[in-house]
Amino acid sequence: MSWTRPQMAERLARELQDGWIVNLGVGMPTLICDVPLGDREVIFHAENGVIGFGPVAPPGQEDVNLVDASRRHITLNPGAAIVHHADSFALIRGGRIDVTVLGSYEAAANGDFANWKVKGAKGGVIGGAMDLAACAKRVFLMMEHRMRGGTPRLLARCTLPITARGVVTLVVTELGLFSPTGESFKVHDLAPGVGLDQVRAATACPVTE
Amino acid sequence: MARRSKIVGGFDAAVADIPDGATIAFGGFALPGSPFNLIAALLRQGAKRLTCIGNTTGGAHKPRNPDIGMLVENGQVAKVICSFTAAPRASDQLPFTPFYERGEVDAEIVPQGTLAERLRAAGAGIPAFYTPTAVGTELAEGRETRIINSREVLLEYALPADVALLRAHQADEAGNLRFRRAQRNFGPLMATAAKLVIVEVEEPILPAGAIDPDDVHTPGIYVHRLVQIPPDGSWPSRKEATP
Repeated sequence: MSWTRPQMAERLARELQDGWIVNLGVGMPTLICDVPLGDREVIFHAENGVIGFGPVAPPGQEDVNLVDASRRHITLNPGAAIVHHADSFALIRGGRIDVTVLGSYEAAANGDFANWKVKGAKGGVIGGAMDLAACAKRVFLMMEHRMRGGTPRLLARCTLPITARGVVTLVVTELGLFSPTGESFKVHDLAPGVGLDQVRAATACPVTE
Repeated sequence: MARRSKIVGGFDAAVADIPDGATIAFGGFALPGSPFNLIAALLRQGAKRLTCIGNTTGGAHKPRNPDIGMLVENGQVAKVICSFTAAPRASDQLPFTPFYERGEVDAEIVPQGTLAERLRAAGAGIPAFYTPTAVGTELAEGRETRIINSREVLLEYALPADVALLRAHQADEAGNLRFRRAQRNFGPLMATAAKLVIVEVEEPILPAGAIDPDDVHTPGIYVHRLVQIPPDGSWPSRKEATP
């Protein structure tokens, strides 16, 4: 057994604290804003300058001029504000983002991660990830534990060009929730039915309890 | 008081004098703020050896709207400066990417916040700045970094443009602009970074003074030409056709 993507989002969402300003990256991380947070109130920020967005708009009520980083047609919560791109990244570099949740190709035990360039590609996909990674207070990654062929994505050191050095706080995969310690990944939680041996077999560096 | 009108009769007239070799900044993040009609006119106009600044070259999604990638396919582009030079999803491909891989078009990939700040700096008279973004990555190799307040930071230069092509929601005859929702994105920055600013406008252009000065997003002094998007207009302004 392992977690589905919505279950990964749910597990990671448990780590969000009341009052945080949360940036969600493209792809899997957007699932986080569908998770009910109970009493906790967080403010979602999208890199294109939307502060305080809510759920995706119901069909027929989309606003063409209101999208998040993943081009989804979102809604605004009461108290929302819109800024231009320089101000949006000023608040990122200025340290206002409590956590950014990003997708990733690789995560390393030394806290590096790589999510912008695949092997052999000339082009890259940076978007706002390098600014967010360098400047958010915490970086959570939401990613597959292995590549389709089974090659581990959690490694001692990244093999792909990195996005930022030593910034990763937590990594959720289909197998569990982990944090890089320098030379290993520490297990915080395992998906139901997943054992430590299975995680170790799927990880290219030490895994510690 | 007599006022020289900034309203231009059509998209083709608005872009007619953009010369070969110009550096053009294109507003927009996904669809909001993208100047589709002006790009279509630039495709017809045919200026060559352009340097195109934008968040992405576009075209990974259907239905496709006019984008920088089409200018590339039309043989008009020498170089792009973007935060994406490949598609965000591995299953998609940007029409631009094969041209880049074959070496027919040059590209400079810039982190999105650095791109925004380089444009802002150009408009604000700041020639360069230091940022923590991209330190320790391939992008910083061989470039100047310093330790400031115990943090390693990377030198980045301002990015001025000859022309900015933008889309706004409202304008008055004086060129004052208002953007709607996430349409604002790069618009206000590019307006200050470019020498010639051309804007396609969604709502009927208002008489000067109709926009309260407190509500102006981009002051008219930055804006040179306004084109009203016609009612039969190319591309919906309220809601996109979802594929």
